[in-house]
Amino acid sequence: MTAATLSPLPEDKQPLVARLIDGLEAPALLWLSGYLAGVAGQRQLPGKSAAAEPSPANDTQARLTVLYGSQTGNAKRLAEDLGRRASAAGLAVRVVRADAYATRELKQERLLYVVVSTQGDAEPPDDSRALVEFLASARAPKLEALRYAVLGLGDSSYPNFCAIGRQLDERLAALGAQRLLPAGEADVDLETVAQPWLDHALQQAREQLKTSAPLAKVTTLRTARSTPAWHREQPFQAPLLLNQRVTGRDSDRDVRHLELSLEGSGLRYAPGDALGVWPTQSPALVDAVLASLRLDGDNLVRVGDEEHTLRTWLAEHRELTQLTRPFVAAHAERSGDTQLRELLLPTSRDALAALFSQWQVLDLLHRHPAEWTAETLVAALRPLAPRLYSIASAQSVVGDEVHLTVSHVDYAFDGQARWGAASRYLAQRAEGENVPVFIEANERFHLPADDRDIIMIGAGTGVAPYRAFVQERAERGAAGRNWLVFGNPHFYSDFLYQVEWQQALKRGQLHRLDLAFSRDQAEKRYVQHRLLEQGRRLYEWLENGAHLYVCGDANRMAKDVHKALAAIVAEHGARSSEDAEAWLSQLIQQGRYARDVY
Amino acid sequence: MTDAAALSELERIKANSRFLRGTLVESLADPVTGAISEDDNKLLKFHGSYQQDDRDLREERRKQKLEPAYQFMVRARLAGGVLSPAQWLSFDHIARTWANHTLRITTRQTFQLHGILKRDLKRSIAAMNNVLVSTVAACGDVNRNVVASANPVASPAHRLAYRWAERLSDHLKPKTRAYHEIWLDEQLVAGGEEESEPLYGPTYLPRKFKIGIAVPPTNDVDVFAQDLGLIAIIEHGELLGFNVAVGGGMGASHGDASTYPRLASVIGFVEPEQLLRTAEGVIEVQRDHGDRQERKHARLKYTIDRMGVAAFKAELERRIGFALQPSRAYRFEHNGDRYGWTEGDDGRWHLTLQIESGRLADLPGQPHLSGLRAIAEEHQGDFRLTCNQNLIIANVPASQRIRINALVAEYKLDGYRRLSGIRQHAVACVALPTCGLAMAESERYLPQLLPKLEASLERHGLLDEPIVLRLSGCPNGCSRPYLGEIALVGRAIGRYDLRVGADFAGQRLNRVLRENIDESEILAELDALFARYAAERREQERFGDFLVRSGLLPTARHPIDAEVFA
Repeated sequence: MTAATLSPLPEDKQPLVARLIDGLEAPALLWLSGYLAGVAGQRQLPGKSAAAEPSPANDTQARLTVLYGSQTGNAKRLAEDLGRRASAAGLAVRVVRADAYATRELKQERLLYVVVSTQGDAEPPDDSRALVEFLASARAPKLEALRYAVLGLGDSSYPNFCAIGRQLDERLAALGAQRLLPAGEADVDLETVAQPWLDHALQQAREQLKTSAPLAKVTTLRTARSTPAWHREQPFQAPLLLNQRVTGRDSDRDVRHLELSLEGSGLRYAPGDALGVWPTQSPALVDAVLASLRLDGDNLVRVGDEEHTLRTWLAEHRELTQLTRPFVAAHAERSGDTQLRELLLPTSRDALAALFSQWQVLDLLHRHPAEWTAETLVAALRPLAPRLYSIASAQSVVGDEVHLTVSHVDYAFDGQARWGAASRYLAQRAEGENVPVFIEANERFHLPADDRDIIMIGAGTGVAPYRAFVQERAERGAAGRNWLVFGNPHFYSDFLYQVEWQQALKRGQLHRLDLAFSRDQAEKRYVQHRLLEQGRRLYEWLENGAHLYVCGDANRMAKDVHKALAAIVAEHGARSSEDAEAWLSQLIQQGRYARDVY
Repeated sequence: MTDAAALSELERIKANSRFLRGTLVESLADPVTGAISEDDNKLLKFHGSYQQDDRDLREERRKQKLEPAYQFMVRARLAGGVLSPAQWLSFDHIARTWANHTLRITTRQTFQLHGILKRDLKRSIAAMNNVLVSTVAACGDVNRNVVASANPVASPAHRLAYRWAERLSDHLKPKTRAYHEIWLDEQLVAGGEEESEPLYGPTYLPRKFKIGIAVPPTNDVDVFAQDLGLIAIIEHGELLGFNVAVGGGMGASHGDASTYPRLASVIGFVEPEQLLRTAEGVIEVQRDHGDRQERKHARLKYTIDRMGVAAFKAELERRIGFALQPSRAYRFEHNGDRYGWTEGDDGRWHLTLQIESGRLADLPGQPHLSGLRAIAEEHQGDFRLTCNQNLIIANVPASQRIRINALVAEYKLDGYRRLSGIRQHAVACVALPTCGLAMAESERYLPQLLPKLEASLERHGLLDEPIVLRLSGCPNGCSRPYLGEIALVGRAIGRYDLRVGADFAGQRLNRVLRENIDESEILAELDALFARYAAERREQERFGDFLVRSGLLPTARHPIDAEVFA
């Protein structure tokens, strides 16, 4: 096929398509055709109202999806065979490996065949673990519109012959899908069972795709942005769907990937926005504070219009992991401790700053004992504030979910365990528990127009919003290029979302990835070093209109990155350092250099 | 066979690799992954390394959205398993600096290092080359490490047999400079002269190729498990030549009867000066007649069974231009190692140590790796690795024996003094967590299994009875399981095929007694057989021989005895 036959395409896209498909074999081409059909289905044509649009599900209506899970290649071969035969019979079909399949598309499927092997006694093939897990979980959607059939492969010398095939077959039925033919169970001598099953399946597919009635019109998928019912003062109780550590076991950092459900909240967010989380203090910490002051947690305490028990005040309404100057002053007053009072003098600024960075309320209570009444304590402590986390997902991709990347601040200080209130609260939430949340828009950290390039610089959990960016731009098919510069201590254990970035690179959704793992070699390497190495390229991108983002640590990373940028602009733009700074300021004013640092 | 479309994927990769270069340099430099590309993976084997991952972490890391814990195994090329103390110290250094703090003696008489990260791979390989140890062709579709009886040097003729292993190893090495460019920074010759592989050709062999030299009466190399097995014929201290055995091989696939282990067929005798040409000839026939479409059927054993032994021999003789002489008489007594001290004909001493599964590590109370480092720092002779995963501290002057004994005791390497018969003859492949092929545990299971077998043997008064035990995590056969009097071949975690009935000298294959059973069934089956053996055996009768004589085994699907065709 030449590009010229692809006539509906704009001329400049034709060579791209030709390049894309050059050398691809049938399975890849089949996949592509399905993929593009899916993209087409999910794009709304401009100028028409959503209600008048055909449902995105419309084209999955007349299509067969063949999913396979394969360890040694047998299931893959059979699935591709089925795909070829269906295609030859004139049916719209796509063949997808289980780990390349977006499970959120399940809801739209109308006809699904699964070919899956069972490893050993009852293990899924590696490429299917996530799919099997997803289907088994409570998150699996109702599939009442789906018709399906499963072909299992296995070795009957194991007690649980074809366990995975059977499990999927039963689960799909339990989710409301309609079984078109009994699950096949093929033994080591595959073909005896597999071939007749495939014949049957093909025949069924022909009938199904011929007779299926047009889908009823579906109304708009998205409600317009309006005042949300849930906000900072009235947070939504979002069920936690997943609490997964995403640093390797050798890492000294405990970074969590959290997935929360916003289903039913009507909450909408854009890539770059933050999620506000209202934490609850750890009961152990509240008890320790009560014990150290010999106060009764059950006492009712009224402050202003609010009345709670002291325990509730401390747990849900007051900061305990951060010290404030007024509280230290009040405490110094009560304790009469001269050492503390001296700390508050203007000459002790550095010492006080050090104390703030290391001590929490409990440390102060322990080291400089003083008497507090319940009422005065509640009045003196700083009201609890919600924590804001850059959202790590694009709603266009995850639907009713919101994802976070949270570093669990957890360390020992002076022999005692210390932690951050919200990160500990989140890290310790079990799946199924509710978390009070709200959306905090961050307009200055939004994506530019689709045709602009973006440069995303982030260290540690600062990578979170970029996951949302890349998801969104891939979903939209944005033409602009995406460049990520990421840093963390170790390649093997701290490469957050490594597998997703690799996939994005392969799929052309991420165009460049530069990595700085600071502690993998003798001299420490940070993101700014990578920027300097790539200075010429970076300046060219900026000159070309790229938007630049920086997310992560404010104290050092953001400053070092800014210095590196200034140096790059000075060198490659042949500017004085003042002019370079001015050039960067202009970039900021134009909204092309955005920072989300903390 | 020349139909390009039908050739296996690997044949395409080899053909396009520019003599094994592929895109290895680019793959090694890719910072986004700890892996190398799939095609380069295949080529890397020819350079002596496999990409692996820590399978214990695979599921955990998948959930963590991290790629598998990719790492590399590096295998050295040590002809005859001989290395100097200086080379030992270098291996020790590499193991502690870049690998997982262990050294693994393989069943092909060399060292493997596990757990090397991609970023450390080049320097690890370069460090070996610095002490004149190459890794080239330690894996891949070429002639691999040539093994030879590790029997401590007993006569000049034995020494000569080892020299032939070295000569074969050097003579059959690939000629490509790719290895030197990629790992040793060798500059490309200006003008880029045309490269060639006169023996192998641009696509090398259809499959791996293994050569072993046995010096009767010891068959510690399992000469009939080799693609090309050579039996040294020594008379009155003089090396007359070698019986030539072809087509041995262990690998098979579960549930696929077209794959099977096969013992090499003895097809004749050659004199020493005919040896190199004979080996080349065998390789050439396999190169041109081996199956390049289906890798499962690509080993020499299938080529020979397809052609017929007589036709193979005729084709070989046509190519090498001379006829093989009739094979000479030989006799093997055992395929194990003899532990403890022995004296060579030159007055030097050799100490064979038992190393469980060949794994040298520092474990609590068993600082074996450190012990051997301490010995290497003082030892004046050399070291020899055996095909049974053991170690010989060789060529010790009489005056050094006391010192070596003291170090061996200090570092708890003297376990060989107290071994049960079965423990003396136990071999296990690596399997989990590093081997990508493993279906069940092997090396990690052996220490749990042995005490249970020993308890059973003791009940029947058989604790000191030598019995060959081979454990394998999959049917591919690195531990030569089909030659075990007892063998477990992995099917799934905790499940094995139980095979029994090989002989004690590596001349008869065992047979499947029960398929896919768990430990309790394995122990029950063996306990019953031990009871019969204790009660009914004849004087000096070995366990495997007893089972065959008593008719306790199912019939074999393939020929199981070593055959002589000349």
